[in-house]
Amino acid sequence: MAAQDVHAHTAHAHAAPQGFVRKYVFSLDHKVIGLQYFFLALTAVFVGMILSLLMRIHLVWPGAAIPLIGEIKPETYLSLLTMHGTIMVFFVLTTAPQGGFGNYFLPIQIGAPDMAFPVLNMLSFWTTFVAFVVLICAFFVTGGAPLHGWTGYAPLSALTNTGPGEQLGADLWITSIAIFCVASLMGALNFITTTLDLRAKGMTMMRMPLTVWSWFITAILGLLAFGVLLSAGILLLLDRNLGTSFYIPLVVVNGQVMGHKGGSPLLWQHLFWFFGHPEVYIAILPGMGVASQLLSTFSRKPIFGYRAMVYAIMAIGFLGFMVWGHHMFMSGMSPYSAFAFSLMTMAIGVPSAIKTFNWLGTIHRGRVRFQTPMLFAIGFVSLFVSGGLSGPFLAQPTLDIPLHDTAFVVGHFHLIMGVAAIFGMFAATYYWFPKMFGRMMNERWGRIHFFITLVGAYSIFMPMHYLGMAGQPRRYSQFTELAYLHRLIPLNTFMTYAAIVTIAAQFIFVINLFWSMKKGPKASDNPWEATTLEWTTSTPPPHDNFGGMTPVVHHGPYEYSVPGAARDFIMQNDPATVTTSH
Amino acid sequence: MATFIPAVEIRAPQGGHGGSDSHPPLRGGGDGERGRNGGPDFGQRLRRARLGLAVATAPIVMLFVSFASAYIFRQGLPTLDDKSQAYVREWMPVNLPVTLLLVNTILLAVSSLTAELARRQITRQVALLPVRSIPGVSLGRETKFPWLGSTVVLGIGFLIGQAFAWRELAARGFYLATSASSSFVYLLMATHAVHLAGGVAVLLYAAAASLLGKSLESRRIVVDVTAWYWHFMLVLWAGIFALLEFAS
Amino acid sequence: MGLALLVMIWLITFISTYFFAAKTWWLPQGASTSAPGIDHQFAFTYLLMGIVFVAAQCALGYFVWKYRERGAGAVADYSHGNTKLEIVWTALTAILFIGLNLMGSPIWAAERFAPADAGALPVEVTGMQFAWYFRYAGPDGKFGATAPKLMDPSAGNESAIGLDTSDPAAKDDVVTGTMYLPVNRQVDLTLRAVDVIHSFFVPNMRFKQDAVPGLAIHMHFTPTAVGDYEIACAELCGLGHYKMHGMLKVVSAEDFEKWMAAREAEKQ
Repeated sequence: MAAQDVHAHTAHAHAAPQGFVRKYVFSLDHKVIGLQYFFLALTAVFVGMILSLLMRIHLVWPGAAIPLIGEIKPETYLSLLTMHGTIMVFFVLTTAPQGGFGNYFLPIQIGAPDMAFPVLNMLSFWTTFVAFVVLICAFFVTGGAPLHGWTGYAPLSALTNTGPGEQLGADLWITSIAIFCVASLMGALNFITTTLDLRAKGMTMMRMPLTVWSWFITAILGLLAFGVLLSAGILLLLDRNLGTSFYIPLVVVNGQVMGHKGGSPLLWQHLFWFFGHPEVYIAILPGMGVASQLLSTFSRKPIFGYRAMVYAIMAIGFLGFMVWGHHMFMSGMSPYSAFAFSLMTMAIGVPSAIKTFNWLGTIHRGRVRFQTPMLFAIGFVSLFVSGGLSGPFLAQPTLDIPLHDTAFVVGHFHLIMGVAAIFGMFAATYYWFPKMFGRMMNERWGRIHFFITLVGAYSIFMPMHYLGMAGQPRRYSQFTELAYLHRLIPLNTFMTYAAIVTIAAQFIFVINLFWSMKKGPKASDNPWEATTLEWTTSTPPPHDNFGGMTPVVHHGPYEYSVPGAARDFIMQNDPATVTTSH
Repeated sequence: MATFIPAVEIRAPQGGHGGSDSHPPLRGGGDGERGRNGGPDFGQRLRRARLGLAVATAPIVMLFVSFASAYIFRQGLPTLDDKSQAYVREWMPVNLPVTLLLVNTILLAVSSLTAELARRQITRQVALLPVRSIPGVSLGRETKFPWLGSTVVLGIGFLIGQAFAWRELAARGFYLATSASSSFVYLLMATHAVHLAGGVAVLLYAAAASLLGKSLESRRIVVDVTAWYWHFMLVLWAGIFALLEFAS
Repeated sequence: MGLALLVMIWLITFISTYFFAAKTWWLPQGASTSAPGIDHQFAFTYLLMGIVFVAAQCALGYFVWKYRERGAGAVADYSHGNTKLEIVWTALTAILFIGLNLMGSPIWAAERFAPADAGALPVEVTGMQFAWYFRYAGPDGKFGATAPKLMDPSAGNESAIGLDTSDPAAKDDVVTGTMYLPVNRQVDLTLRAVDVIHSFFVPNMRFKQDAVPGLAIHMHFTPTAVGDYEIACAELCGLGHYKMHGMLKVVSAEDFEKWMAAREAEKQ
């Protein structure tokens, strides 16, 4: 192949580090930091998953004695669900797609030697790490972890005598979240500056891979949302510890008149969901980016409607800030504002539908290769459709009357922001593993992992919609307290079995991951025959990503099967003169 | 397959380190330092740092906007009176020590001015660096007024002034948990003070940086960005002051 | 592999859809005036979303099988999309979603905008960790005063909600742990919570509303069938959240009067 056009780029943001600590612990290299985030999230996802397993076991066998823990009490169940939600939302769904893969691949995909502010990047990771440690500590203090759920509705979360876990445990919980906010803000600042300022020559905004677009928009969402959550957290800490009344009106807890007056429990909900809804998109947008990238690569076809995809991501991000009230239809908020929030929420369905349509359009008349990353990308689309279509039920205040705070909601958001986002992460892991570790993952075990996880995830979360329709409220440690729910015992038992099998299957993934790091077959520089810049550099990439050079970009990101081209893909930095759009 | 074959490979000359203090091998500021190999691109670093600052103002604004909207929301919120079962308004405005706060505001405004002068001073120094390194060229007497130091002193003066304002508030019977309004006064003032204290710390670092062997260009970036941040802090404080004084 | 995916995706789709369509676990039997409207809107939304769901999943399964890579020769289309199709699709989904939303709006308006009828029965519902209390105004039609410092949850009923017996209007107030309502008469609810947020959820009435400390929220519904219905708490309120249930007994108007008279007699 003819010489590629590159610009000499003679220096890196910082010299290659020496010594273990500077290289692997307090590293400034975005790739090492990306891996640190990845392994932190991997640890967190296993903790969160085990918590969910305990919950499912407790739901159907409430008296079961668990090794090391014993019988799960109702308050322990609530602690489990609080910690499960908090760990999964913050330390998995926010950390892995953005902090992990974003950190590793955003600079490479735009042709930059590193992030704009490497020291800030390192601080961001270690702050996240501290936040995680603080959160885990909540398990081990007197009273245990808080029981107010990951949404921490005040005044339950704002008083210290509303239940076990609401003393020190709840303080640690909110402190951890506040620290996490600061970490995320640092990360978002870096992502945005890097994307705006460090793109290689020729890498116009409209030539950026959709993964980069999704990380970029996610960073903007994080930048605006986490500041608000931080403010909410500060107010909560003040209410809990210094006697202020931001969230607490005059209340009487167990016959004891508390010294607060005049606060508004709804204020917490407004602030929390102003963050909370964009957070949903922070979790899912990177998955959408990865799915787009992979569907195009493995269908050997340009992405269907690149511009529409970009505008859809922007629209989703923008509208995501105007729909927080749809979490509050039953909260006592003005029923008139429910109209507006509902309409906005339905409007978000439109860009989401555009994306689905374009994914199908990308596969249509392609030549689909079924390697494991592609399987997970296809799974992502399926789950996104399933999880997305229960949204229009919940977006209507009318239907929210029977469905709000039931298992229907739990099924909806688990399918879309839980499992779909995790499928995005699996796809990303299988896809980029060769680049990150220089070896291939095992295909056979990858496929087995995929099929068990797909069927398992549907078996756990699709029935939750049925439970919710039948009226099972969420966050019930024993739903059989309500007589009309007794008929749901068999279904719940089935879900628990499905959860056990699905969780067991995840060990296939972990073993495959670590085994392949050591024993997998060596990967070439571009094993998937993909076009974006990370596949132009060596595997794994050198410290400054491109070995002293900066690439020059000539094409859009998804030039597959271009008529007249020598191969069925044209890499972004290929100076080949075949006329392509973009 | 190898798809990445460099067409040209340019080995850059070693950067000039001798003579002046212009390009010592340094790391700092946390951003792209092109120290050893190429010439450090300070223009690019400055642009990047300013962009970073512009982006960083967004979450700070969001933080204060959410406090401010909580304040306005809370102010208009009636309280359910337990006796009559009716909603009553019971907002108790805080009696602010306005004179003291005005003095503080002036302190901050003056410090913003000195920060701007410090920024211009160091910018000029950087611009004249190449000229000064020409042997035999004298630029005459330069103003050496310590604008940077003045800014730090005035900034600390503002913070102390705010502490006095708190004492005054306490003397008037307004503590953090006294009423919703006083909670917000303390909250907004404290959050602003923390942000300003961060600016003071950075300026102290910039002042100390010359002792630590940082180059003038490097320090200039720190001073430049902090000066802009300082102006931002002034605007923010003016907004907070107006909110507390006039929205009651 | 393409075939395996096709089979798997289609199976998941059809099994999921079957349990919806067969109404194996449908909404509980409705027993209020708002139930038919909500149920209709639910069924209609389900029908539309179900069609989209089946169509999208089937297309996904079919495409990955149909366009699987089959040796050399076949070439993928080189196409960057089709703007016209994109616009049509966008317009269609916009009409579908917005239309669906507007269709359901009148029900919401009837439920939440309009105040209770003049002849509605006023009942005050108070949630606390972890019980519901129901207060009836008695013959004078007026709720008496309550005071936070009088609240004693362990004593139950009148004492639990802190009824101030020195207030004459409170003398005839009846407080119970079981909700009695006459059939076919609208109930004018006032929802309150004393400690944390609770949510008053009566699945059969298609009724749910949070009870928030510091707020007195007015709501209404009309039961249409005599029977016993369970009340649940639908907002996490602490360790006993799952046990915070109550019973709604909808009885005939005469039975209700009899029950109320008996309660008043007990108070004398």
